[in-house]
Amino acid sequence: MQWINVILQGVLVGGLYAMFAAGLSLIFGVMRLVNIAHGDLIVLAAYIALVVTQTLGIGPLAGLIVVVPVMALIGYALQWFVLNRTLGDDLLPPLLVTFGLSVIIQNGLLTLFTADSVKLQAGAIEVATIRLGEGVYVGVLPLLQFCVAVGVIAGLRWIFYRTPLGRAFRATADDPAIAQLMGLDNRHVFALAMALSLAVVAIAGVFLAVRANFDPSQGPARLIFGFEAVIIGGLGSLWGTLAGGLILGVAQAIGAHLNPGWQILAGHLAFLVVLAVRPQGLFPKVRA
Amino acid sequence: MPEAPLLAVCGLDAFYGDFQALFGISMEIARGEAVAVIGANGAGKSTLLKSIAGLMRSRPDAIAFEDGAIGGMAAYAVAARGIALVPEGRGLFPSLTVEENLLIGGQLGRRGAWTLRRIYELFPVLGERRALASTALSGGQQQMAALGRALMANPKLLLCDEISLGLAPIVVRDIYARLPAILAEGTAIVLVEQDVVQALKAAQRVYCLQEGRVALAGAAKDLTREAIAAAYFGV
Repeated sequence: MQWINVILQGVLVGGLYAMFAAGLSLIFGVMRLVNIAHGDLIVLAAYIALVVTQTLGIGPLAGLIVVVPVMALIGYALQWFVLNRTLGDDLLPPLLVTFGLSVIIQNGLLTLFTADSVKLQAGAIEVATIRLGEGVYVGVLPLLQFCVAVGVIAGLRWIFYRTPLGRAFRATADDPAIAQLMGLDNRHVFALAMALSLAVVAIAGVFLAVRANFDPSQGPARLIFGFEAVIIGGLGSLWGTLAGGLILGVAQAIGAHLNPGWQILAGHLAFLVVLAVRPQGLFPKVRA
Repeated sequence: MPEAPLLAVCGLDAFYGDFQALFGISMEIARGEAVAVIGANGAGKSTLLKSIAGLMRSRPDAIAFEDGAIGGMAAYAVAARGIALVPEGRGLFPSLTVEENLLIGGQLGRRGAWTLRRIYELFPVLGERRALASTALSGGQQQMAALGRALMANPKLLLCDEISLGLAPIVVRDIYARLPAILAEGTAIVLVEQDVVQALKAAQRVYCLQEGRVALAGAAKDLTREAIAAAYFGV
């Protein structure tokens, strides 16, 4: 029974990691941009949620109504005014600029909010649990977080494969020059992709902030988790990203259960094993 | 030409870095006419089309379309004005299905005669294969899809870059047989071709490029083989 609980916990946390990863994967897929600031943007979203919930006096989940559009707007502006200028044949400039952005966000948050860790209070839902069977319980909040993660992945897939916007994303990723001939302004398409990515980041950030304490220095670790989930799942596959998040979550949960100090290590080990055995990831997207 | 031309190119230069590919090209295209641009490899034919479509930088006043200067415009803005390019090598999007490739061609929402249904009437094989990945089509079918994708934008000017390239003669004839239906909708066509015979049959007027300059221009029926050969090879 204990192990069932452990694995269940891991699966539910894995949903959060999948949300970290989905935004990262989206951006890389559309414009070959590795966003080093992704983790810090998650933490930024958490702080924006903190400010929103405190000033408006609403719960974190209701706060999503404000935080998601705000982050999407930040994403569009960030891409339009900064990152679009760095894109080109060379992968290095966007890497350096997002690295710089990461430093700026961390220090900006440190100045505004200090290094003290904070947490979003969601109220009674935080401690509510559902009994699934003899000795097997799940928290309502982790379960909700997991369902939202599945919904986000399904929603992204729907956008990607069923809407004109997704068509524009895929076409621009295939060939930016030819996409322009179709009347698509690459800069606008890229900015929309970043807006979508940061909308997902906003959801992930709020759940992160409700789940545990956070502080301005936590971004890079979230980035690593996101990266690992993407690589485990296989580049370009959204369901693979979800699977990658779950594997990472379960590995961490098992590690933590064996020894509390092994939580992070176990996740990294699972990542290294996949990288060694299947470098292309578990569900790589086959490109014709 | 009684009315103002649809497209007027005037003293167009084009560069790849320090290398100059076009030297003061001037040409005019009237509404609804078919014009062939012929020339040897490296004569600058594709560069000319890319410049018109906005994929290459040019002086703002070097290219005028319907009384507006479009020389310095980005490709997406040129497309919105009503110029569609069928790129060399087709350039279909491999991640998109055949139908999605056509739909994205029409994503600007320019109204006109060409709809998904009309494209499938023009090229029935595309309708049969609409759900396949564009990479699953044969070369000729890919060329039809690329042509259909450009038509979906309901352009006033259709630029075709070597649509016969790498295709069997029978397939080329098949595709050229559809051009009258496109012209009938009032669309002007510029055909860049190495296949001179095919181009001369389809077009009313011909420009022959040689090393980035216009070597010969005239009505297709007036040009002698000797004149074309001389302009083509520079002998």
